[in-house]
Amino acid sequence: MADAADLALRMGDSTLILGHRVSEWCGHAPILEEDIALANIALDLIGQAQMWLGLAGETLGRSADQLAFLRDAGAFRNLLICERPNGDFGHTLMRQCLFDGWHLAMLRRLIGSSEPRVAEIAAKAEREVAYHFERSSDLVIRLGDGTGESHARMQAALDALWPWVGEMFTGDATDAELAGAGIAPAPESLRAEWDATMDEVLAESTLIRPESDFAQLGGKQGRHTEHLGHLLAEMQFLQRAYPGATW
Amino acid sequence: MVTEAQVWGWLAEVPDPEIPVISVVDLGIVREVSVGEEVTVTVTPTYSGCPATSVITFEIDAALRRQGITPRIETRIAPPWTTDWITAEGRDKLRAYGIAPPVDGTAPTGRRVARMVGGNFTVACPRCGSTETEEVSRFGSTPCKAAWRCKSCAEPFDYFKCH
Repeated sequence: MADAADLALRMGDSTLILGHRVSEWCGHAPILEEDIALANIALDLIGQAQMWLGLAGETLGRSADQLAFLRDAGAFRNLLICERPNGDFGHTLMRQCLFDGWHLAMLRRLIGSSEPRVAEIAAKAEREVAYHFERSSDLVIRLGDGTGESHARMQAALDALWPWVGEMFTGDATDAELAGAGIAPAPESLRAEWDATMDEVLAESTLIRPESDFAQLGGKQGRHTEHLGHLLAEMQFLQRAYPGATW
Repeated sequence: MVTEAQVWGWLAEVPDPEIPVISVVDLGIVREVSVGEEVTVTVTPTYSGCPATSVITFEIDAALRRQGITPRIETRIAPPWTTDWITAEGRDKLRAYGIAPPVDGTAPTGRRVARMVGGNFTVACPRCGSTETEEVSRFGSTPCKAAWRCKSCAEPFDYFKCH
Protein backbone atom coordinates (compact mmCIF):
# COMPACT_ATOMS: atom_id res chain seq x y z
CA MET A 1 0.00 0.00 0.00
CA ALA A 2 1.40 3.38 -1.01
CA ASP A 3 2.05 5.78 1.85
CA ALA A 4 3.31 9.30 2.52
CA ALA A 5 6.89 8.15 1.88
CA ASP A 6 6.05 7.31 -1.75
CA LEU A 7 4.54 10.74 -2.27
CA ALA A 8 7.44 12.44 -0.47
CA LEU A 9 9.98 10.60 -2.60
CA ARG A 10 8.27 11.70 -5.81
CA MET A 11 7.95 15.31 -4.68
CA GLY A 12 11.47 15.32 -3.26
CA ASP A 13 13.04 13.88 -6.40
CA SER A 14 11.21 16.29 -8.71
CA THR A 15 12.24 19.33 -6.67
CA LEU A 16 15.80 18.06 -6.21
CA ILE A 17 16.40 17.30 -9.89
CA LEU A 18 14.80 20.51 -11.15
CA GLY A 19 16.62 22.46 -8.44
CA HIS A 20 19.92 21.01 -9.62
CA ARG A 21 19.10 21.76 -13.25
CA VAL A 22 18.25 25.37 -12.44
CA SER A 23 21.42 25.71 -10.37
CA GLU A 24 23.44 24.92 -13.50
CA TRP A 25 22.63 28.49 -14.60
CA CYS A 26 24.55 29.96 -11.67
CA GLY A 27 27.15 32.26 -13.21
CA HIS A 28 25.80 31.80 -16.76
CA ALA A 29 22.49 33.70 -16.93
CA PRO A 30 22.10 36.49 -19.49
CA ILE A 31 21.99 39.27 -16.86
CA LEU A 32 22.94 39.49 -13.19
CA GLU A 33 19.36 39.83 -11.90
CA GLU A 34 18.30 36.66 -13.69
CA ASP A 35 21.36 34.82 -12.45
CA ILE A 36 20.37 35.71 -8.89
CA ALA A 37 16.71 34.86 -9.50
CA LEU A 38 17.58 31.42 -10.90
CA ALA A 39 19.94 30.70 -8.01
CA ASN A 40 17.23 31.69 -5.52
CA ILE A 41 14.66 29.45 -7.17
CA ALA A 42 17.13 26.57 -7.23
CA LEU A 43 17.73 27.11 -3.50
CA ASP A 44 14.00 27.07 -2.74
CA LEU A 45 13.56 23.83 -4.67
CA ILE A 46 16.55 22.12 -3.07
CA GLY A 47 15.35 23.29 0.36
CA GLN A 48 11.96 21.77 -0.35
CA ALA A 49 13.64 18.57 -1.55
CA GLN A 50 15.45 18.37 1.78
CA MET A 51 12.12 18.40 3.63
CA TRP A 52 10.43 15.89 1.32
CA LEU A 53 13.39 13.51 1.25
CA GLY A 54 13.75 13.88 5.02
CA LEU A 55 10.17 12.69 5.37
CA ALA A 56 10.62 9.84 2.87
CA GLY A 57 13.84 8.82 4.59
CA GLU A 58 12.12 8.31 7.95
CA THR A 59 10.26 5.38 6.41
CA LEU A 60 13.09 4.22 4.14
CA GLY A 61 15.67 4.38 6.92
CA ARG A 62 17.98 6.75 5.07
CA SER A 63 18.82 10.43 5.46
CA ALA A 64 17.86 13.06 2.89
CA ASP A 65 21.53 13.30 1.89
CA GLN A 66 21.83 9.57 1.41
CA LEU A 67 18.74 9.54 -0.77
CA ALA A 68 20.02 12.45 -2.84
CA PHE A 69 23.60 11.37 -3.32
CA LEU A 70 23.67 7.59 -3.08
CA ARG A 71 20.93 6.38 -5.39
CA ASP A 72 21.31 5.55 -9.05
CA ALA A 73 19.02 6.84 -11.79
CA GLY A 74 16.63 3.89 -11.68
CA ALA A 75 15.75 4.65 -8.05
CA PHE A 76 14.74 8.26 -8.76
CA ARG A 77 11.01 9.05 -8.98
CA ASN A 78 11.07 12.56 -10.45
CA LEU A 79 8.88 13.76 -13.30
CA LEU A 80 10.79 13.55 -16.57
CA ILE A 81 10.26 17.25 -17.33
CA CYS A 82 12.53 18.06 -14.37
CA GLU A 83 15.54 16.32 -15.92
CA ARG A 84 15.21 17.94 -19.35
CA PRO A 85 18.41 19.82 -20.22
CA ASN A 86 18.28 23.60 -19.79
CA GLY A 87 18.57 24.58 -23.44
CA ASP A 88 18.59 28.36 -23.87
CA PHE A 89 17.25 30.82 -21.30
CA GLY A 90 13.79 30.80 -22.91
CA HIS A 91 13.68 27.01 -22.83
CA THR A 92 14.57 27.01 -19.13
CA LEU A 93 11.81 29.54 -18.39
CA MET A 94 9.23 27.62 -20.39
CA ARG A 95 10.10 24.40 -18.52
CA GLN A 96 9.82 26.32 -15.24
CA CYS A 97 6.46 27.84 -16.14
CA LEU A 98 4.92 24.50 -17.22
CA PHE A 99 6.24 22.86 -14.02
CA ASP A 100 5.41 25.77 -11.68
CA GLY A 101 1.77 25.78 -12.81
CA TRP A 102 1.51 22.09 -11.90
CA HIS A 103 3.61 22.47 -8.73
CA LEU A 104 1.47 25.27 -7.34
CA ALA A 105 -1.81 23.44 -8.03
CA MET A 106 -0.36 20.24 -6.51
CA LEU A 107 0.88 21.97 -3.33
CA ARG A 108 -2.44 23.72 -2.82
CA ARG A 109 -4.17 20.37 -2.84
CA LEU A 110 -1.51 18.76 -0.63
CA ILE A 111 -2.18 21.40 2.04
CA GLY A 112 -5.40 19.44 2.61
CA SER A 113 -3.61 16.09 2.77
CA SER A 114 -4.80 13.52 5.32
CA GLU A 115 -1.13 13.17 6.30
CA PRO A 116 -0.25 16.14 8.56
CA ARG A 117 3.48 16.05 7.76
CA VAL A 118 2.74 16.28 4.04
CA ALA A 119 0.33 19.16 4.63
CA GLU A 120 2.96 21.05 6.64
CA ILE A 121 5.65 20.80 3.99
CA ALA A 122 3.16 21.76 1.28
CA ALA A 123 2.03 24.84 3.20
CA LYS A 124 5.60 26.04 3.56
CA ALA A 125 6.54 25.37 -0.07
CA GLU A 126 3.35 26.86 -1.51
CA ARG A 127 4.34 30.44 -0.66
CA GLU A 128 7.66 30.04 -2.42
CA VAL A 129 6.19 28.40 -5.48
CA ALA A 130 3.57 31.14 -5.85
CA TYR A 131 6.55 33.47 -6.38
CA HIS A 132 8.16 31.07 -8.84
CA PHE A 133 5.02 30.88 -10.95
CA GLU A 134 4.39 34.62 -10.96
CA ARG A 135 7.91 35.14 -12.25
CA SER A 136 8.07 32.33 -14.80
CA SER A 137 4.67 33.12 -16.30
CA ASP A 138 5.50 36.83 -16.45
CA LEU A 139 8.72 36.15 -18.33
CA VAL A 140 7.11 33.62 -20.68
CA ILE A 141 4.59 36.32 -21.61
CA ARG A 142 7.23 38.98 -22.11
CA LEU A 143 9.46 36.77 -24.24
CA GLY A 144 6.59 35.14 -26.15
CA ASP A 145 5.04 38.51 -26.93
CA GLY A 146 8.49 40.04 -27.45
CA THR A 147 10.69 40.25 -30.52
CA GLY A 148 10.50 37.90 -33.49
CA GLU A 149 13.57 36.10 -32.18
CA SER A 150 12.31 35.68 -28.62
CA HIS A 151 8.86 34.60 -29.85
CA ALA A 152 10.35 31.93 -32.13
CA ARG A 153 12.54 30.58 -29.33
CA MET A 154 9.63 30.40 -26.87
CA GLN A 155 7.41 28.63 -29.36
CA ALA A 156 10.22 26.15 -30.09
CA ALA A 157 10.65 25.57 -26.35
CA LEU A 158 6.92 24.99 -25.85
CA ASP A 159 6.80 22.53 -28.77
CA ALA A 160 9.88 20.67 -27.53
CA LEU A 161 8.65 20.42 -23.92
CA TRP A 162 5.03 19.57 -24.66
CA PRO A 163 5.52 15.75 -24.72
CA TRP A 164 6.74 16.02 -21.11
CA VAL A 165 3.61 17.79 -19.84
CA GLY A 166 1.22 14.85 -19.83
CA GLU A 167 3.17 12.89 -17.22
CA MET A 168 2.33 15.50 -14.58
CA PHE A 169 -1.35 14.59 -14.98
CA THR A 170 -1.12 10.83 -15.52
CA GLY A 171 -1.60 8.67 -12.45
CA ASP A 172 -0.38 5.13 -11.81
CA ALA A 173 -1.30 2.54 -9.20
CA THR A 174 0.70 4.39 -6.52
CA ASP A 175 -1.09 7.65 -7.28
CA ALA A 176 -4.46 5.89 -7.09
CA GLU A 177 -3.62 4.49 -3.66
CA LEU A 178 -2.38 7.87 -2.45
CA ALA A 179 -5.57 9.51 -3.69
CA GLY A 180 -7.69 6.78 -2.11
CA ALA A 181 -6.03 7.40 1.25
CA GLY A 182 -6.52 11.17 0.92
CA ILE A 183 -2.75 11.71 1.02
CA ALA A 184 -2.51 13.34 -2.42
CA PRO A 185 -4.87 14.37 -5.21
CA ALA A 186 -5.27 12.19 -8.29
CA PRO A 187 -2.90 13.75 -10.86
CA GLU A 188 -5.70 13.88 -13.44
CA SER A 189 -7.72 16.15 -11.15
CA LEU A 190 -5.16 18.96 -11.51
CA ARG A 191 -5.39 19.15 -15.29
CA ALA A 192 -8.43 21.40 -15.74
CA GLU A 193 -7.01 24.11 -13.48
CA TRP A 194 -3.59 23.90 -15.14
CA ASP A 195 -5.15 24.04 -18.62
CA ALA A 196 -7.18 27.14 -17.75
CA THR A 197 -4.18 28.98 -16.27
CA MET A 198 -1.80 27.95 -19.01
CA ASP A 199 -4.22 28.82 -21.81
CA GLU A 200 -4.39 32.32 -20.35
CA VAL A 201 -0.59 32.59 -20.20
CA LEU A 202 -0.14 31.22 -23.72
CA ALA A 203 -2.81 33.49 -25.18
CA GLU A 204 -1.13 36.52 -23.73
CA SER A 205 2.25 35.21 -24.86
CA THR A 206 0.90 34.90 -28.43
CA LEU A 207 2.17 31.31 -28.36
CA ILE A 208 0.30 28.40 -29.95
CA ARG A 209 -0.55 25.47 -27.69
CA PRO A 210 0.58 22.23 -29.38
CA GLU A 211 -2.24 19.90 -30.37
CA SER A 212 -0.63 16.54 -29.67
CA ASP A 213 -1.68 14.71 -26.52
CA PHE A 214 1.32 12.38 -26.65
CA ALA A 215 2.85 12.05 -23.20
CA GLN A 216 6.24 10.54 -22.44
CA LEU A 217 5.84 8.59 -19.21
CA GLY A 218 8.10 6.65 -16.85
CA GLY A 219 9.84 9.05 -14.46
CA LYS A 220 7.63 8.26 -11.48
CA GLN A 221 8.35 4.56 -11.99
CA GLY A 222 12.11 5.03 -12.33
CA ARG A 223 12.37 4.83 -16.12
CA HIS A 224 14.37 7.90 -17.05
CA THR A 225 15.87 9.58 -20.08
CA GLU A 226 19.59 9.46 -20.75
CA HIS A 227 19.94 12.95 -19.28
CA LEU A 228 19.39 11.96 -15.65
CA GLY A 229 22.52 9.80 -15.44
CA HIS A 230 24.68 12.69 -16.62
CA LEU A 231 23.06 15.03 -14.13
CA LEU A 232 23.64 12.58 -11.28
CA ALA A 233 27.26 12.04 -12.32
CA GLU A 234 27.89 15.71 -11.60
CA MET A 235 25.57 16.13 -8.62
CA GLN A 236 26.78 13.01 -6.81
CA PHE A 237 30.45 13.25 -7.74
CA LEU A 238 31.75 14.27 -4.35
CA GLN A 239 29.95 11.56 -2.34
CA ARG A 240 30.93 8.94 -4.91
CA ALA A 241 34.58 9.97 -5.02
CA TYR A 242 34.92 10.56 -1.27
CA PRO A 243 32.31 8.33 0.40
CA GLY A 244 30.98 9.78 3.64
CA ALA A 245 32.75 13.12 3.20
CA THR A 246 31.38 15.87 5.45
CA TRP A 247 32.30 19.47 6.14
CA MET B 1 17.03 29.79 38.07
CA VAL B 2 16.69 31.00 34.52
CA THR B 3 13.40 32.59 33.47
CA GLU B 4 11.76 32.57 30.05
CA ALA B 5 12.07 36.36 29.92
CA GLN B 6 15.83 36.10 30.42
CA VAL B 7 16.13 33.61 27.56
CA TRP B 8 14.06 35.85 25.29
CA GLY B 9 16.35 38.71 26.27
CA TRP B 10 19.47 36.77 25.31
CA LEU B 11 17.90 35.65 22.02
CA ALA B 12 17.05 39.29 21.24
CA GLU B 13 20.82 39.84 21.08
CA VAL B 14 21.41 37.11 18.47
CA PRO B 15 21.76 38.78 15.07
CA ASP B 16 20.41 37.38 11.83
CA PRO B 17 23.54 36.19 9.99
CA GLU B 18 22.54 37.81 6.68
CA ILE B 19 20.98 41.01 8.03
CA PRO B 20 22.88 41.59 11.28
CA VAL B 21 20.96 44.75 12.27
CA ILE B 22 17.96 42.66 13.23
CA SER B 23 17.81 39.85 15.74
CA VAL B 24 16.33 36.41 15.33
CA VAL B 25 13.53 37.59 17.64
CA ASP B 26 12.83 40.67 15.46
CA LEU B 27 12.64 38.36 12.47
CA GLY B 28 9.88 36.36 14.15
CA ILE B 29 11.55 32.98 13.78
CA VAL B 30 11.78 32.22 17.51
CA ARG B 31 8.28 30.89 18.17
CA GLU B 32 8.53 29.57 21.69
CA VAL B 33 10.81 29.41 24.67
CA SER B 34 10.12 27.02 27.49
CA VAL B 35 12.12 26.63 30.66
CA GLY B 36 11.77 23.38 32.57
CA GLU B 37 14.34 20.76 33.31
CA GLU B 38 15.95 22.00 30.15
CA VAL B 39 15.61 25.10 28.02
CA THR B 40 13.81 24.51 24.74
CA VAL B 41 13.80 27.03 21.93
CA THR B 42 11.43 26.46 19.00
CA VAL B 43 12.51 27.97 15.71
CA THR B 44 10.51 28.29 12.49
CA PRO B 45 12.82 28.68 9.49
CA THR B 46 12.18 31.32 6.82
CA TYR B 47 12.61 30.14 3.22
CA SER B 48 13.09 26.39 2.62
CA GLY B 49 16.46 26.88 0.99
CA CYS B 50 17.76 29.78 3.05
CA PRO B 51 21.42 29.00 3.79
CA ALA B 52 21.22 31.11 6.95
CA THR B 53 18.94 28.59 8.67
CA SER B 54 21.63 26.25 9.95
CA VAL B 55 23.80 29.21 10.97
CA ILE B 56 20.92 30.65 12.97
CA THR B 57 20.50 27.40 14.91
CA PHE B 58 24.21 27.39 15.62
CA GLU B 59 24.19 31.04 16.76
CA ILE B 60 21.25 30.46 19.11
CA ASP B 61 22.97 27.45 20.58
CA ALA B 62 26.22 29.39 21.04
CA ALA B 63 24.49 32.41 22.62
CA LEU B 64 22.76 30.28 25.24
CA ARG B 65 25.87 28.22 25.94
CA ARG B 66 27.62 31.50 26.79
CA GLN B 67 25.00 31.84 29.55
CA GLY B 68 25.78 28.34 30.79
CA ILE B 69 22.74 26.75 29.19
CA THR B 70 22.73 23.79 26.83
CA PRO B 71 19.47 24.36 24.96
CA ARG B 72 17.33 21.96 23.02
CA ILE B 73 16.51 23.60 19.71
CA GLU B 74 13.45 22.34 17.91
CA THR B 75 12.44 23.16 14.37
CA ARG B 76 8.77 23.70 13.64
CA ILE B 77 7.63 24.31 10.09
CA ALA B 78 3.90 24.77 10.69
CA PRO B 79 2.39 27.28 10.60
CA PRO B 80 4.90 28.47 7.99
CA TRP B 81 6.94 31.58 8.71
CA THR B 82 5.49 34.82 7.40
CA THR B 83 6.88 38.35 7.30
CA ASP B 84 3.79 39.36 9.34
CA TRP B 85 5.84 38.05 12.28
CA ILE B 86 8.61 40.63 11.86
CA THR B 87 8.25 42.97 14.83
CA ALA B 88 7.57 46.72 14.54
CA GLU B 89 11.01 47.32 16.04
CA GLY B 90 12.53 44.97 13.47
CA ARG B 91 10.87 46.91 10.65
CA ASP B 92 12.30 50.18 11.95
CA LYS B 93 15.77 48.63 12.16
CA LEU B 94 15.50 47.32 8.60
CA ARG B 95 14.51 50.76 7.28
CA ALA B 96 17.34 52.46 9.16
CA TYR B 97 19.75 49.93 7.64
CA GLY B 98 18.55 50.73 4.11
CA ILE B 99 16.20 47.78 3.57
CA ALA B 100 12.55 48.63 2.89
CA PRO B 101 10.39 46.50 5.23
CA PRO B 102 7.65 44.27 3.78
CA VAL B 103 4.38 45.83 2.66
CA ASP B 104 1.83 43.65 4.45
CA GLY B 105 -0.86 42.00 2.37
CA THR B 106 1.20 41.81 -0.81
CA ALA B 107 2.38 38.20 -0.54
CA PRO B 108 2.29 36.41 -3.91
CA THR B 109 -0.92 34.65 -4.75
CA GLY B 110 0.42 32.82 -7.77
CA ARG B 111 -2.06 34.74 -9.89
CA ARG B 112 -0.19 35.81 -12.94
CA VAL B 113 -0.12 39.57 -13.15
CA ALA B 114 0.62 40.64 -16.68
CA ARG B 115 3.65 42.89 -17.12
CA MET B 116 4.15 42.93 -13.41
CA VAL B 117 7.63 44.40 -13.44
CA GLY B 118 7.24 47.60 -11.49
CA GLY B 119 4.85 45.77 -9.20
CA ASN B 120 1.28 46.46 -8.31
CA PHE B 121 2.03 48.18 -5.00
CA THR B 122 4.24 50.96 -3.72
CA VAL B 123 7.39 50.59 -1.66
CA ALA B 124 8.81 53.72 0.00
CA CYS B 125 12.52 54.33 -0.52
CA PRO B 126 14.29 53.61 2.80
CA ARG B 127 16.73 56.48 2.15
CA CYS B 128 14.59 59.42 1.03
CA GLY B 129 11.06 58.17 1.71
CA SER B 130 9.90 58.75 -1.87
CA THR B 131 7.29 56.38 -3.26
CA GLU B 132 8.54 57.02 -6.80
CA THR B 133 10.23 53.62 -6.85
CA GLU B 134 10.29 50.60 -9.13
CA GLU B 135 11.11 46.91 -8.95
CA VAL B 136 14.30 45.87 -10.71
CA SER B 137 14.06 42.16 -9.95
CA ARG B 138 11.77 40.05 -7.80
CA PHE B 139 14.78 38.12 -6.52
CA GLY B 140 17.60 39.88 -4.70
CA SER B 141 20.76 39.22 -2.76
CA THR B 142 19.03 36.74 -0.43
CA PRO B 143 15.87 34.64 -0.86
CA CYS B 144 13.88 37.10 1.27
CA LYS B 145 14.69 40.25 -0.67
CA ALA B 146 13.88 41.86 -4.02
CA ALA B 147 15.94 44.50 -5.81
CA TRP B 148 14.30 47.93 -6.20
CA ARG B 149 15.43 51.41 -7.14
CA CYS B 150 14.31 54.89 -6.20
CA LYS B 151 13.56 57.26 -9.07
CA SER B 152 13.75 60.32 -6.81
CA CYS B 153 17.18 59.85 -5.19
CA ALA B 154 18.39 57.42 -7.88
CA GLU B 155 19.66 54.90 -5.29
CA PRO B 156 19.10 51.15 -5.58
CA PHE B 157 17.79 49.45 -2.45
CA ASP B 158 16.74 46.06 -1.11
CA TYR B 159 13.08 45.38 -0.40
CA PHE B 160 12.22 42.70 2.17
CA LYS B 161 9.48 40.83 0.31
CA CYS B 162 6.11 40.18 1.90
CA HIS B 163 5.92 36.43 2.42
